[in-house]
Amino acid sequence: MDNQVQVVEPAVSEIEHLRILIADDNDSDRLILQTIVRKEGHTVYTAKDGQEAIDIFREQSPDIVLLDALMPNVDGFEAARTIKQLAGDNLVPIIFLTSLRDATSLADCLAAGGLDFLSKPYNRIILQAKIKAFASMRRLHETVQKQRDEISLHNDRLIHEQEVAKQVFDNIAHPGCIDAPNIKYLLSPMAVFNGDLVLASRKPSGGMFVFLGDFTGHGLPAAIGAMPVSEIFYGMAQKGFSLQDILREINKKLKRILPVGVFCCASMVDLSFRKHSAEVWVGGIPDVLVYRSKTHQLENLRSSHLPLGVVDSDRFNTDSTIIQLEKGDRIMLWSDGIIEACNDEGEMFGEDRVREVILGTPDADNIFSNLETAVERHTGRDEQDDDYTMVEVTMVGEDEMGDYFGVGGKSYMAGGPKDWSMTYELRPLTLKEFNPLPLITHLLMEVPGLRPHSGKIYTILSELYSNALEHGVLDLHSELKASADGFARYYAERTQKLTALDEGCVRFHIDHHPVEDGGVLTIVVEDTGPGFDYQTKEENSHRTEGYSGRGIPLINTMCRSVRYLGKGNQVEVVFDWHVDV
Amino acid sequence: MAIWSTEASSGELTIKIQGRFDFSAHQEFRDAYEKVSEDPKGYIVDMKETTYLDSSALGMLLLLRDHAGGDNSSIEIVNCNPDVKKILTISNFEQLFTIR
Repeated sequence: MDNQVQVVEPAVSEIEHLRILIADDNDSDRLILQTIVRKEGHTVYTAKDGQEAIDIFREQSPDIVLLDALMPNVDGFEAARTIKQLAGDNLVPIIFLTSLRDATSLADCLAAGGLDFLSKPYNRIILQAKIKAFASMRRLHETVQKQRDEISLHNDRLIHEQEVAKQVFDNIAHPGCIDAPNIKYLLSPMAVFNGDLVLASRKPSGGMFVFLGDFTGHGLPAAIGAMPVSEIFYGMAQKGFSLQDILREINKKLKRILPVGVFCCASMVDLSFRKHSAEVWVGGIPDVLVYRSKTHQLENLRSSHLPLGVVDSDRFNTDSTIIQLEKGDRIMLWSDGIIEACNDEGEMFGEDRVREVILGTPDADNIFSNLETAVERHTGRDEQDDDYTMVEVTMVGEDEMGDYFGVGGKSYMAGGPKDWSMTYELRPLTLKEFNPLPLITHLLMEVPGLRPHSGKIYTILSELYSNALEHGVLDLHSELKASADGFARYYAERTQKLTALDEGCVRFHIDHHPVEDGGVLTIVVEDTGPGFDYQTKEENSHRTEGYSGRGIPLINTMCRSVRYLGKGNQVEVVFDWHVDV
Repeated sequence: MAIWSTEASSGELTIKIQGRFDFSAHQEFRDAYEKVSEDPKGYIVDMKETTYLDSSALGMLLLLRDHAGGDNSSIEIVNCNPDVKKILTISNFEQLFTIR
């Protein structure tokens, strides 16, 4: 440490030429001083009284000011005050020159803004030492000032960057239906930079998803994961994916993109207004509370899962709790911020206080605001500073939710294809190499609300398609499949016939039209094969043993009707569906 | 906050954390397991004197787990006070670590 100072100090002071203002009404004193200072290599400005000193200061802004205390017109004290004012934030060391000796006068010099005083007659060595000392003080001040400015610049830039990031974020993580009449929430405007996230979306089936997430860390690293989460959440929620599907997808994505050690504690609720039930998943976040309005009781739903983004898909667990709710029952979600909100003594708000406030509130409508007030009172801070997040979701009747779908909600859902039909013909080259089922399923899933039925629809399509291709176009006989041996032969023959195929086709006619709360999907699959005598075959169509013949009976259990048409080379399935899933 | 680690002759590395375990401990905690001469057979995180744990500390534990071989790692977290234990429980970290 000492070494450093010794090396740096002389080098800097040697080359430092200061500009020094000397103000003294005594000509000889001024001249002596001027000579000494000039010899040191500094530039000198001289003034004969206070006013002149002020004027020169204004023009030249010198580095150090030596001021005689007693001067005509404007004295040294007043000049010092004015100069200090002019200097503003900059440090201009003022040294008083004085023959005064009494303590009060010397103290007055300092009170007027002087940093030191120099007694007449001047001692050359002391004068040099003081100039040196104040020059280095001035440098130090400049450095501090520069760093302060840099810090404030950085801070401004950071805030600006955060604001831009926030705008982008807001566009992606739009509030969804968070302003729905049955939701209350508390989320600071810049919460995303605390890692907190609240998302809510209506489902095509009329229900609602609510998601509360809390990322580890603060600032941009915490905010960055929020974007994929909300994109996945809104994208999948509106397409009718299940709570499990959405959580699995979010976990997979976060595990892949986030560095180890960054993850998202979360809780998610799937609310069905029709069934008056809720499905809740809690991972790494404080207990979700369920408030029963009739009995005025609280139930805890404990976190039983790791947070999102910690483990790979194969270890990720989407087990959830399903609860029945009555109108007016509430589900409360929060980040640990509210539990850990500390007062001045470092005492946390804690779960016990949360329970106390809720159970101490007679009118359930006031629970949320009472909690808010209690936390504010505990921390002594107002809403502006909070970094806690909480959400209250109330079970209401479906009619009360009405048409409330929120931003980007209903328009998206209403915008899907509902009333249409299409014909899709697959010719030999395509039949050989292409499986049309994913494409058709994908197309059907664009129908708003149909997605939860995707499993059944896929089964229907695949049964009908393989029948049309194998028994129709390829003319294979399912009797072959009666034995294990024949089963293998059947598939060998299938491959062989398909490779050699040069004529024939399979046609899908798909028709969907909407009805109240659902739709009717009609699928006709037609092939160019010989057909069969379905009048007699249908009588024993309930055969469900053996290796074959299970397809059609299975489909029968899933839809309104299954009919053969034409010469038995067409089959029509009518599938009724409702959003009540 | 202070962190120190000791290697036992049995080949286990014990990391002790004193005071608040939060983001400020980041570098020190990493040093505690990265700057060891040999790869330890197992790890023991001693929380006897740990007063508080925040989510970034949970992240640091995951980093240790990753360093120690992820799913094949052997890490015990021991002597947790009730507050610390609660935070580990909420996060269900017992699925990833042995907590005693």
